[in-house]
Amino acid sequence: MKQLKFIILFLSINVLAMAQYPSEKNILDKIDDNMSAKTRVMTVKMEIDGARGTRTMESKIWTEGDKRSFTEYLSPAREKGTKMLKLENQLWIYSPTTDRVMQISGHMLRQSVMGSDMSYEDMMNDTPLLERYRADVTGEETIDDRKCWVVTLTAIKEDVNYYSQKLWVDEERYVPLRMDLFAKSGKLLKRTTLSDIQKVQGRWFPKTMVYKDMLKEGNGTRMTFMSIQFNVSISESTFNKANLK
Amino acid sequence: MKLIKTAFRSLIGNGLKTWLNVFVLSISFVLIIILQGILKGWSNQAVDDTIKWEIADGQYWQGKYDPYDPFSFDSSAVAVPAELQPDIDRHLLEPVLITQASIYPQGRMQGVLLRGINPDQQLLKIPTKMLNTSDTTEIPVIVGAFMARQNKLKINDVFTLRWRDKNGTFEAADIRVAGIFKTSVPSVDNGSVWLPLKKLQEMTLRKNCANILIKSPDAAVKAVPGWNFKSVDKLTESTRLLVKTKSIGTSMFYFIFLLLAMLAVFDTQMLSIFRRQREIGTLVALGMTRKQVVWHFTLEGTINAILAFAVGAVWGTPIMWYMVVKGISFNMDANEIGIAMADTMYASITPGLVIGTMLFILCVTAVVSYLPARKIAKMNPTEAIRGKAL
Repeated sequence: MKQLKFIILFLSINVLAMAQYPSEKNILDKIDDNMSAKTRVMTVKMEIDGARGTRTMESKIWTEGDKRSFTEYLSPAREKGTKMLKLENQLWIYSPTTDRVMQISGHMLRQSVMGSDMSYEDMMNDTPLLERYRADVTGEETIDDRKCWVVTLTAIKEDVNYYSQKLWVDEERYVPLRMDLFAKSGKLLKRTTLSDIQKVQGRWFPKTMVYKDMLKEGNGTRMTFMSIQFNVSISESTFNKANLK
Repeated sequence: MKLIKTAFRSLIGNGLKTWLNVFVLSISFVLIIILQGILKGWSNQAVDDTIKWEIADGQYWQGKYDPYDPFSFDSSAVAVPAELQPDIDRHLLEPVLITQASIYPQGRMQGVLLRGINPDQQLLKIPTKMLNTSDTTEIPVIVGAFMARQNKLKINDVFTLRWRDKNGTFEAADIRVAGIFKTSVPSVDNGSVWLPLKKLQEMTLRKNCANILIKSPDAAVKAVPGWNFKSVDKLTESTRLLVKTKSIGTSMFYFIFLLLAMLAVFDTQMLSIFRRQREIGTLVALGMTRKQVVWHFTLEGTINAILAFAVGAVWGTPIMWYMVVKGISFNMDANEIGIAMADTMYASITPGLVIGTMLFILCVTAVVSYLPARKIAKMNPTEAIRGKAL
C-alpha cells in the first residue's frame, strides 16, 4: 500500500512537471511566428573564420516562404555579382568570373557555401521540422541569463542530415538561442548560436547567428543581419533564372 | 678495310681535337643510356608496384564507378554480384568499398576517402593485418606514410571521423591509427584511410556492398552485368603513358648534349676538308674517285662515334653499373608527382637499349660527317691541289 502511494505520488509529480511545459507544436509554431514570414528582404554580413584569417562577405537576400530565395553577393570584389537562386529543392549559382549559371545538385549540395561552416544542404533544408523529427520538450535551462525550453528533436525519417537536434528556446520571446545538431552516435556536429535578439516589425529576431562545425577548431561562421524587412512585396521576376545573369 | 685504316689514322692524327669531340660524344652516349635506363626502370617499377599495392591481377569496377569522380562513389556502392560471391568467399576476389568522409586531426578538417578492405586479404601488399586489432574501442585504421606526414598523424593517434551513411545522415566516431605503411603508389596513400570492410559497410549501412573487386591471378574473368573488368594493362596504361611523357621531356637534355657533340663533329669535318684540300686533290689525282674520297671523310667523322663508344664504355660502365645495382634516390615523394615512384630508382639497362643508342648515335654522326664531305664531290682536283678549291 505504501509502495502504491509512492508510485501515485511519483507519477503525479511527473505529470505536473510535464504540464508546466508548453506543447512542442506550440513552441515550434511560436518560433515560426517570429522567424518566418511570407517574404523577407535582408542584407547579411557573413564572416568566415578560416585557417588563413577571416573573410567577410556581404549579400542581399530575398526570400518567399521557405521555398524560394534569391541571393546576390555585394562584396568583396572577388565575389561581387555572384548570385544564387533556390527554387524548392533546386539551386543555381551564377558566377560572374565564368559568366555561367551552374546547377548545384546531388552530392554537390554537401559542399560548403563559400568556404563557410554551412553546406548548401544546410541552407536548402526547408521541410518543416515536425515532418522530419519527433519533438519533445525535455527540460528548462538558462542561456545568457534567459530561461529556455529545451526541445529535443529525433529523426523519424531516414534521409535527414542530422539524426537529432536540440533547441534552446527563449521561454519569453520564443526565439531559439542555441541549436545543436548531433550524429546518430550522439556526437555533437554543429552548433548555431543566435544572439542580439531585437524586435523587428513586432517580432523577435536574432540579429546575429554563429554557425560552428564543432569538430573543427576556429570560431565558425558569423552571420549578422544588417537590415531585415518582413512581408514586403517582391517582384515575381526576382525568382526567375533569367535574373541570375 | 684499307679505307677504314687510313680514315682512322687521319682521325688520330688530329690529336686533341679528335679526343675532345670523342669525349663530348661519349657524354651524350652515356647520358642517353642512363636516362633512358632510369625511365625504363621507373616505368617497370611503377607498374610492378601498382600491381602489388593496388590492382593485383585486375579489378572489377561497378558500372558507375569512376575513380576520378568522387561523387560517383556513393552511386557505385552496390551489393556484390551473386555470381562472384564464391570467388569472394575463397579470397580470389577482394571487395573494396569507397566513400568520402572528413577527418579532424588536431581540430583541422581534412577530406579523405575511406577504403574498406578485408583485413585478411593477401592480394595486395597493404598491411591490412594491422586492422585486426581488438584492443581498442575506436575504429582501427591504417594510413600511408605521406598521408600521415601531411596530417601529422602518428601510430595510436585518436581523432574524429565524420561520414554519411547511405541515406545521407551524418555520423561521427573516433578512429585510432593502428598502423602507418610506406608505399610508392600514391593512389593507395594520398588522402586514403583504410579500415575493415565489414566495419565500413556497417558504418554506411551498405551491407555486403563494394565499388570495386580486386582479382587474384587464380580467379577466372567472368562477364558480370553491371560490372566491368579492367585488366592490368588497362589499369597501368596511364602510368606507362605518364612515364612516356616524362621520357619525351627528358630527351630534351640529351638532345642538347647530342647537338653540341654533332656541332663539334660538323665543325671539325668542315675545317678538316678546308685544310686538307691538297690531300683531297692528290688522292683524286692518284686515281681515287670523288665518291671514294667522300666516303673516306664520312668514315673519318663516323669513327668519332666508334671511339666515343669505347671511351664512354671506359668511364660510363662503372656509373651504369652503379645505377643498375645501387640505384639513385631523387629525394622526391611519389605523392607529389602523382605516379608510383620508389625512394630509390634502379636503371634498367638492356643490351637492346645500348645497341639501339649506339646505332642511333652512329647514324646521326654519319649524317653529320657526310654533310660537309659532300663539298668534295664538287671539287676540281687541280684547284684542290693548289688549295683554292673552296
